[in-house]
Amino acid sequence: MKKLSARRRHPLAALVVLLFALATTGGLYAAFAPAGSAQADSSQSLQIEQGKKLFAVGCSSCHALSGEGTKDGPSLVGVGSASVDFQVGTGRMPAQQPGAQVPAKKVIYTQDEINELAAYVASLGAGPSIPTAEQYNAAGDVAKGGELFRTNCAQCHNFAGSGGALSEGKYAPSLDGVSAKHLYEAMLTGPQNMPSFPESTLSQQNKQDIIAYVQRTTNPAKNPSYGGLTLGALGPVTEGLFGWIFALGALIGIAIWIAARTPKAKKS
Amino acid sequence: MTSQDNMSEEHLPEAHGAHGGELAVHGDAFADPGLPPHEHRRTDIDEHAAARAERQVAMWFLLSMVATIGFIASYVLFKPGPETGNTVYIFPLGHISRLNFSLGMTLGVSLFAIGAGAVHWARTLMSDEEHIAERHPIEATPEVREQVFADFRQGAKESGFGRRKLIRNTMIGAMAMVPLSAVVLFRDLGPLPEKKLDSTEWAKGKRLVNMNTNEPMKASDITVGSLTFAKPEGVEESDENFQEVIAKAAVMLVRMQPGDIKDKASAGWGYEGVLCYSKICTHVGCPISLYEQQTHHVLCPCHQSTFDLSDGGRVIFGPAGHPLPQLQISVNGDGYLEALGDFSKPVGPGFWERS
Repeated sequence: MKKLSARRRHPLAALVVLLFALATTGGLYAAFAPAGSAQADSSQSLQIEQGKKLFAVGCSSCHALSGEGTKDGPSLVGVGSASVDFQVGTGRMPAQQPGAQVPAKKVIYTQDEINELAAYVASLGAGPSIPTAEQYNAAGDVAKGGELFRTNCAQCHNFAGSGGALSEGKYAPSLDGVSAKHLYEAMLTGPQNMPSFPESTLSQQNKQDIIAYVQRTTNPAKNPSYGGLTLGALGPVTEGLFGWIFALGALIGIAIWIAARTPKAKKS
Repeated sequence: MTSQDNMSEEHLPEAHGAHGGELAVHGDAFADPGLPPHEHRRTDIDEHAAARAERQVAMWFLLSMVATIGFIASYVLFKPGPETGNTVYIFPLGHISRLNFSLGMTLGVSLFAIGAGAVHWARTLMSDEEHIAERHPIEATPEVREQVFADFRQGAKESGFGRRKLIRNTMIGAMAMVPLSAVVLFRDLGPLPEKKLDSTEWAKGKRLVNMNTNEPMKASDITVGSLTFAKPEGVEESDENFQEVIAKAAVMLVRMQPGDIKDKASAGWGYEGVLCYSKICTHVGCPISLYEQQTHHVLCPCHQSTFDLSDGGRVIFGPAGHPLPQLQISVNGDGYLEALGDFSKPVGPGFWERS
């Protein structure tokens, strides 16, 4: 102790004390700080960083560099990651051309890239996040789902989920072959002109029931068309057209055959 | 013959006139040309062709028999239901029930084959000689007419119809009264709707209950861009008259940014951008809820009437004659959405006494 106290006025003493203090605090931090979360933070910020780059290349021409929107594309602040996962995951975004409605098409981003984009857009403002597999894959009650579907969805998407027309070129798409995750995200976020059905008015259980109904009713193996020839299950328009053209056409043909002049033995 | 001559003179004076340049008609222009000479079919003159036609007709009838046996066989063999083995893929019909398909096809073929056989029989083997069957004159002969009038006069005289006025008048009175009983029965078509079309189940203080969860809602539950269907508090789907009540009381709740609401009076009837509109089209009463959350338009699937919910439910397209009625709402002391009264206008299609 004496030796230490004798050298306390040494010119390098302050430096040694400083280094010691730094080493102690650094060591203590390293020992006690939650290492996992530090790592996650850096990976999430990396994901956001990657997403920002992808966004600048693929999305910013319409949605502006920081997602605030232009006249060609709406603001993405607060739409949440679920919205991005649906729009990009079904190929609707990036849009091919402006129009009444942006159709689903081939997906051009990988799921990792979509997750990065989603993370970036989610960082712009709070919104619904991508549902977990437990949320959308749970088994639902098909019968209850049918009731909920007819109350909330069938007016636009048709009783059989085959979609239908809306005003001025807009339409409700067919639900055939849409994945459970995308069905869940569509209900949660309300893409394009579809209204949203948030958890506060249509619970998670309700959504699972609806998904169970849609996936059963659009699956021909589980729900075959007993009569065949569904004509798209679009109701009276296709059925009427088919009846008037083909059924009535066949009847006219038979009537002509009945009344036709019988061939004669001698050519006149 | 005389009447025919009169007619041709009446309608075609020029044809008989001697004006120059007119096409002269020789003889009777309306002479019956008669039937063309009958031509025989092959089956009429060729015994082999007739025998072949006979076999063809018999084949149709045999096909019908086979199809009927097929119908009975498929009824016995195939089972209904969606289980595997009961359905079959047939292009272009798709996945289809084996039972439905075989029953329909066999019954259709058995009926069609009977008809086709009969038609083929008539066209090839039955006589096709042309015949003329003259119409009978409608008028009765003068003797018959004379007799009928004489009988009537005698009957009227013998019954004393003209002489016994008491009997005649009471009989006419009785016959005139009989239809009144049918008129009285029309009462059963009533009662008249009175004021029922003007009011719904909504009343001041009734909370809005979510159709999905059957729970009352708070304003914060309704997010911007969402669509929720609601019914009045106290109305349950198990109620006997539920359909009758909900047919008028069904409403939809939407929320928009307060700045997006063009009609300020309509905004005041909502609560912080939450607006509540009738779900019944004002044209012929179809339920409408094809809501486009970006344009705030609601489309009716029946006749394409379109309403703008951001502009007080104004009709912007289609045959509807009245704007969509809006329900005035607010929140109660516990924060739940409640109605501030009934609709100010009758919901649904117009009617005679609608104000």
